[in-house]
Amino acid sequence: MIRSTLSVAFAAIVLAACGRSDPKLNETGAQPDLPAVRQTLVPPMRVTSPTGWDGQVPTVPAGFTVTAMATDLQIPRQMLVLPNGDILIAEGRGGHAPALRPKDIIAGPIKKKGNTQVESGNRLTLLRDADNDGRAEVRTVFADNLDAPYGLAYVDGFIYVANQGALVRIPWTAGQTRATAAPQEVTKLPSRINHHWTKSLTVSADGQTLYVGIGSNSNIGERGLAVEEERAVVWAIDRATGARRTMATGIRNPTALAIEPTTGAVWAVANERDELGPQLVPDYLTSVREGAFYGWPYSYWGKKIDPRVRPQRPDLVATAVAPDFALGAHVAALGLTFATQGGFGGAFTEGAFIGEHGSWNRQDPSGYKVAWVPFVGGRPSGPPVDFATGFLTKEGARGRPVGVAFDPTRRILLVADDLSNTIWRIAPARVTP
Amino acid sequence: MRTTTLGMRQSLRGLHGVILGFPAALFTIGVLTDIAYLKTAEVQWTNFSQWLITGALVFGGIAAAWSLVALVLSLRTSIRRWRVVEFGALALMFLLGLINAFKHSQDAWSSVGALGLILSILCSLLALVAAFIAISGASDGEIAR
Repeated sequence: MIRSTLSVAFAAIVLAACGRSDPKLNETGAQPDLPAVRQTLVPPMRVTSPTGWDGQVPTVPAGFTVTAMATDLQIPRQMLVLPNGDILIAEGRGGHAPALRPKDIIAGPIKKKGNTQVESGNRLTLLRDADNDGRAEVRTVFADNLDAPYGLAYVDGFIYVANQGALVRIPWTAGQTRATAAPQEVTKLPSRINHHWTKSLTVSADGQTLYVGIGSNSNIGERGLAVEEERAVVWAIDRATGARRTMATGIRNPTALAIEPTTGAVWAVANERDELGPQLVPDYLTSVREGAFYGWPYSYWGKKIDPRVRPQRPDLVATAVAPDFALGAHVAALGLTFATQGGFGGAFTEGAFIGEHGSWNRQDPSGYKVAWVPFVGGRPSGPPVDFATGFLTKEGARGRPVGVAFDPTRRILLVADDLSNTIWRIAPARVTP
Repeated sequence: MRTTTLGMRQSLRGLHGVILGFPAALFTIGVLTDIAYLKTAEVQWTNFSQWLITGALVFGGIAAAWSLVALVLSLRTSIRRWRVVEFGALALMFLLGLINAFKHSQDAWSSVGALGLILSILCSLLALVAAFIAISGASDGEIAR
């Protein structure tokens, strides 16, 4: 008995060590180091407990200020800056994946401890800060009774909302603080199970095509591949007719989409698979190439085989393409916005801000910050740098970033924090005379 | 006609046997569902295996604890050798079963694989041995009588 207790303790130590990452490995960039697959009997789970901000704010680079623009929201996810500068915030939580295995029953409540306990808002909140002083003088519920709204886009008098089960649109005129018409359905979106429920959304520069990111229905096919039909894909939807085609496949969980301003190309951040080790598989930022297969579930980072998926599909793996830019394993990238019209200037002129919700599947947490990836000529040009940090402390998580939105008119970056239910506004500090 | 009443000793033995029937049956069916998964890659089979192993561990754990108490109570008697074998089989079954439960909690093919199947086979053999010893009465001294 003593021996077996010791061996269990030893195994636990070995497992804990396995969940730790090797700092010598380069986890980011176009060619990240990809260590060997390391599956452990117990997946490393490190869920940081929420502590709240207690009057503190995120840390931003010198020359910037950060303020809480809205608090006490109901799980803010993605945001949209409307043509008149009003800000819409999609709030809610979706998914209705039933627990099928003992693991689902055990791991589910553990992961929930790292999230807010607030009820899903299922609504859009509108903020107006007409004098751009960082305080919203108007805050209203713009639309209510939505079904886990997430992706937002504006085209030509309509606000498009990607609910977890359908793309809908709501007519809008400048100055409106409440929707006056019920949402109209543009097209249904895959919603069975909705293990990854978030439907990301953006619109092409010409306003003709809506792009919807649809996440997979499992980590790696453990609910069977039949439920993965039209999952882990990006849809392109014709705005006029509602007709859709599948633009890219094998992109496990495309949690945010945005148009790169110099080329007009669609870019995505995507969350990769878990339980292959603390430094596998990197979440990524990539241009969404027409017809491309990004590997999920059969392979990762191009043609690296995932040993857990059977039957294997070497024919598909042979066609898999590697994404453009690794953001680091398990960072949980959920937000993407490009700096437009010169961004903040200086080091933040051309590039993308990335909201990283933070990891659970490794012992040393990753993510929990807003990162900046510099671009030149419409392509990433250097390693990611921290833009907003301080979401994680030794005591736990003060917040977890989700959506990010850059407003070129006011030169502000908005960050949705779905743990403290706050919208952070980051702006260049006013020069005091 | 002579009426017999079930004594405390027989009741306990019967209950122990019933409890032991669970790991013996559940682990053994788990071997079959593991094989079915490895042959078909249909997820329902590995899901079955995971619940079978979980159920086997719950009852197997009770049986192992029971067996340990019985062993401690009989340390100075002649039947202790059978009780050592029974408890040893159950303790090893529980330890391997726990490892097997974690193995089966991995996703998709990794939930079974070669290691999962081997562990399932070992667990079911140990459960069958322990159940046989207990139900045959060997560990209750019936053989000696």
